[in-house]
Amino acid sequence: MTESKATVSRRTFVTGSLAGLAVASATGALYGCTPAADDDLAATGEGAETAPDTVAWSQCVVNCGGACALQWHIRDGKIAYAETDNVGDPNGLQARACLRGRSLRRWINSPDRLQHPMKRVGKRGEGKFEQISWDEAYQIIADKLKSVIDTYGNEAVYMNYGSGVSSSTSRLFPRLANLMGGYLKSYNDYSTNMMCAGMPFLYGDACSPYDNVSASSISEAQNADLIIMFGNSPAETRMGGANIAWDFAQVREKGGKIYHVDYRMNETASGHPDEWLPIRTGTDAALVSAIAHELIVNNQVNKEFLDTYCVGFDEATMPESARGQHKSYQDYIMGTGYDMVEKTPEWAAPITQIPAARIRELASEIANAKALFVAQGWGPQRHSNGENTSRAICMLPILTGMIGKPGTNTGMREAEAGGLVGSIPAGKNPVEVAINCYQWLNAVDHGATMTAARDGVRGANALSSGIKFIWNYGGNCITNQHSDINLVHDILQDESKLEFLVVVDTVMTDSAKYADILLPDAMRAEQFHMANNGYAEYYLGVLVGEKAQDAPGEALPEYEFMTGIADKLGLKDAFTEGKTQEQWIEELYRQSADAIEGMPTWEEILEQHHFKMEAPAAIGFADFVADPTANPLETPSGKIEIYSERLDQMIAELELAEGDNIFPIPVFDPGFNGYGSVNEEFPLYCSGFHHKSRTHSSYGGVEELKQVARQQMWINPLDAEARSIENGDKCRVKSAVGELEIEALVTPRIIPGTIGIPQGSWHEADMDGDRVDKGACINTITPYHPSPLAKGNGVHSLIVQVTKA
Amino acid sequence: MPRGFFFDNTRCTGCRTCALACKDFHDHGPEQAFRRVIDYEGGSWKVADDGTVATDAYGYHISLSCNHCTSAACTKVCPTGAMHRDTMGLVWPDMNRCIGCGYCTMACPYHAPAIDQELKRSSKCDGCHQRVAAGQTPICVEACPLRALDFGTTGELAERHPHDFDRCTRSIMPLPPKEATTPNLFVLASPAARRAEAGDGRIANREELGL
Repeated sequence: MTESKATVSRRTFVTGSLAGLAVASATGALYGCTPAADDDLAATGEGAETAPDTVAWSQCVVNCGGACALQWHIRDGKIAYAETDNVGDPNGLQARACLRGRSLRRWINSPDRLQHPMKRVGKRGEGKFEQISWDEAYQIIADKLKSVIDTYGNEAVYMNYGSGVSSSTSRLFPRLANLMGGYLKSYNDYSTNMMCAGMPFLYGDACSPYDNVSASSISEAQNADLIIMFGNSPAETRMGGANIAWDFAQVREKGGKIYHVDYRMNETASGHPDEWLPIRTGTDAALVSAIAHELIVNNQVNKEFLDTYCVGFDEATMPESARGQHKSYQDYIMGTGYDMVEKTPEWAAPITQIPAARIRELASEIANAKALFVAQGWGPQRHSNGENTSRAICMLPILTGMIGKPGTNTGMREAEAGGLVGSIPAGKNPVEVAINCYQWLNAVDHGATMTAARDGVRGANALSSGIKFIWNYGGNCITNQHSDINLVHDILQDESKLEFLVVVDTVMTDSAKYADILLPDAMRAEQFHMANNGYAEYYLGVLVGEKAQDAPGEALPEYEFMTGIADKLGLKDAFTEGKTQEQWIEELYRQSADAIEGMPTWEEILEQHHFKMEAPAAIGFADFVADPTANPLETPSGKIEIYSERLDQMIAELELAEGDNIFPIPVFDPGFNGYGSVNEEFPLYCSGFHHKSRTHSSYGGVEELKQVARQQMWINPLDAEARSIENGDKCRVKSAVGELEIEALVTPRIIPGTIGIPQGSWHEADMDGDRVDKGACINTITPYHPSPLAKGNGVHSLIVQVTKA
Repeated sequence: MPRGFFFDNTRCTGCRTCALACKDFHDHGPEQAFRRVIDYEGGSWKVADDGTVATDAYGYHISLSCNHCTSAACTKVCPTGAMHRDTMGLVWPDMNRCIGCGYCTMACPYHAPAIDQELKRSSKCDGCHQRVAAGQTPICVEACPLRALDFGTTGELAERHPHDFDRCTRSIMPLPPKEATTPNLFVLASPAARRAEAGDGRIANREELGL
């Protein structure tokens, strides 16, 4: 820790000024005139010598994908306030924390912190617990884990998706479970589920939302003259000072024309209203199809690129198995195949709510762009038609050949750079079977009947057992961040299905209320810690952080209590390999520092704590475009597969729910609860969005954040007027599965016919009563309907009714 | 030379990091704020027969604290001289003189001062004068992820923002005209703020601002 010059805060301000007043009163000089009053410092009570603050470096480690730096100022052993990364050029690389990072101490020092291990005594979800000792907790968990494995096998053990902590020494359950024969694996994540399933068919198996091969770094947009963002608002998702929000400000200042295709005028477009192209939620692929139509009829597609690098644009490059069947992309667009409807701008207009003339204008701008940068956020794919939509958006750069060259992007979200240091290794999981992360609830309810064809089971044709034991670390996907909370509640009441749930967290989240054993975790500020730069920022960095204060009560660092459980299982030595957490961090750091040129030594990083270096800019698929023979994509043809023969074969094997569709080419399909599904009972579309007040549900309990970023439903004045709703009114939002209460923000910043609800707010309902969620958690009203291909959370496809409460 | 804030309204995303950094540093809870963010928006919608829509909607944000005005209204009405301009040009209340009468809170058109309910004294942004005296920036300036805030003498600001400073205005909607107090606030107006000059906009977050 380092010492810093003391600076003013309200604590000293209050103490000092009250003392000053007392003196003034004693001398009868309440109305001033004391000589000291002329002294600026004395007037705020800051004249007296104050001890210098101790400063400890740390990081915000929640899952926005930023990893912003914090410097805790510590007084009397307690964090008093934060500074952020203020090292180096203020206009350069500074990992400045956003409003949440600047409020982190409110969470750390919250009276609501979990302080003791606890055992459930009420019904699941009731939130009734009694305090137990750590030793008792270790024994209960060890016994239950062993008995579930003995009775049902390792496939009955599951680690639930959770992303609230990213750190080199966090999420240690897989390491322990792997020492016991493994656990049921999961694939994909709640952020990019449909994209992860769909994109490999277009761009190959190596295509990932988390690399700098399949996408360009955002800096490349500075070289574009046209930038189109589909549902991609870094100002709400990647907000930190080294995150994409800052990079995007620089893109704008370079002067390229920008469009934000979004159902809301998102915060990235705020201040720049002409950048907003309002679109009905879930219909991006219809807009793309109509643009494709214009490019085709005006002879503006890049035929050379399509013939050289792609399969399936037209009959010329269709694979043998699909020849002569009108299954090409051009057949779909021109109405000579599939639904036999020509995808004219007039066709797309009522679907997207964008006038046909406006679509033609945009198509013309795209055709004339010298460098086109198309990037999609993860909202468009988080729909029931997300596997189609994510691929469809990529058709704009594909049709124009705007890939692999300066100023272009593949249509994926902007690239991430990776990181510098590793984590404590999880070991190898001997279990090969996996489910989609969103399928855990089905696997609890009826796992033994789940199959590959119907439910997306991978690594086997079917599951051998339902999930009986769940470990839930630093995550809120049991209820709050999953779907259909009411359904989750009902399924978890049956203790013959899920027998045991361990939740590890720092505060009583809604998911934590369902725990059978609840363990209190220490936060990063309460232990020695290390983490990389985040994935929502384009640089390479590492922060080795210090313990700033003690954890409250009996809360422990995860490494310590996992070691305690391992000890009960006779696995302590195997789990720790004889190392402390500090020793692991040192070892992991040294491994990277030895291999990566320019990294500080271990001794140096202990002095400077934070290291950052520029990452080289990337152009998505540059190698493939430069030499497609030498650098093929990981598709069967090695090319971009607009038509995927592999997907076509797979579709034939799938058992899809009625109304669910996947196509071998990127089409517009409305999907479950998508365009056209609204009715008299549920006449409005509804989508969730990421909100500045939280990262998912992390920070959801911080009052200072709730006050400045209220939980409000965005509703267009036309929709509000039709319901006699005024700004600030309490409203009810009802779907087929639930109901919530929320304040209205009547705003012209959202398209008519669709409402928007910030996701992640904390569920708050009487589950034995009316179940109306006063906390306005959107997952009270999102149905549990896994998407066709990913079996993922296409939850932005949602229809509702809104009434004044 | 007066000191004040440069605010790049073209960059501001309304994230409120400035406000929360200020709250953290000054140990303010939900009810107190030296710096706040105004959400301002306007425009209307038309729906055509084919269901398509057209709009001239706009929205933007203003990060606002005390502007340390050259003709500060708060200092003029203060009966005890507590509200004063210090040697660095920053305006703040001297705790030894303030009687908590609240005249300053009524006079300021920016709602910068408020009566601290704990101290029963006027309380407002002091420009982090101790940090400034130590060669640092106010905590909000160093916090802004978009580098949309700066602070300094007008000379320093002009030097640090050579392309923008001359284009700055001291007032955009819904702030009072600059003639009221000559605020040391230099705003680089966004396209949305220029659209709002027509006067059809509204403050969208009155509840949050306590207005």
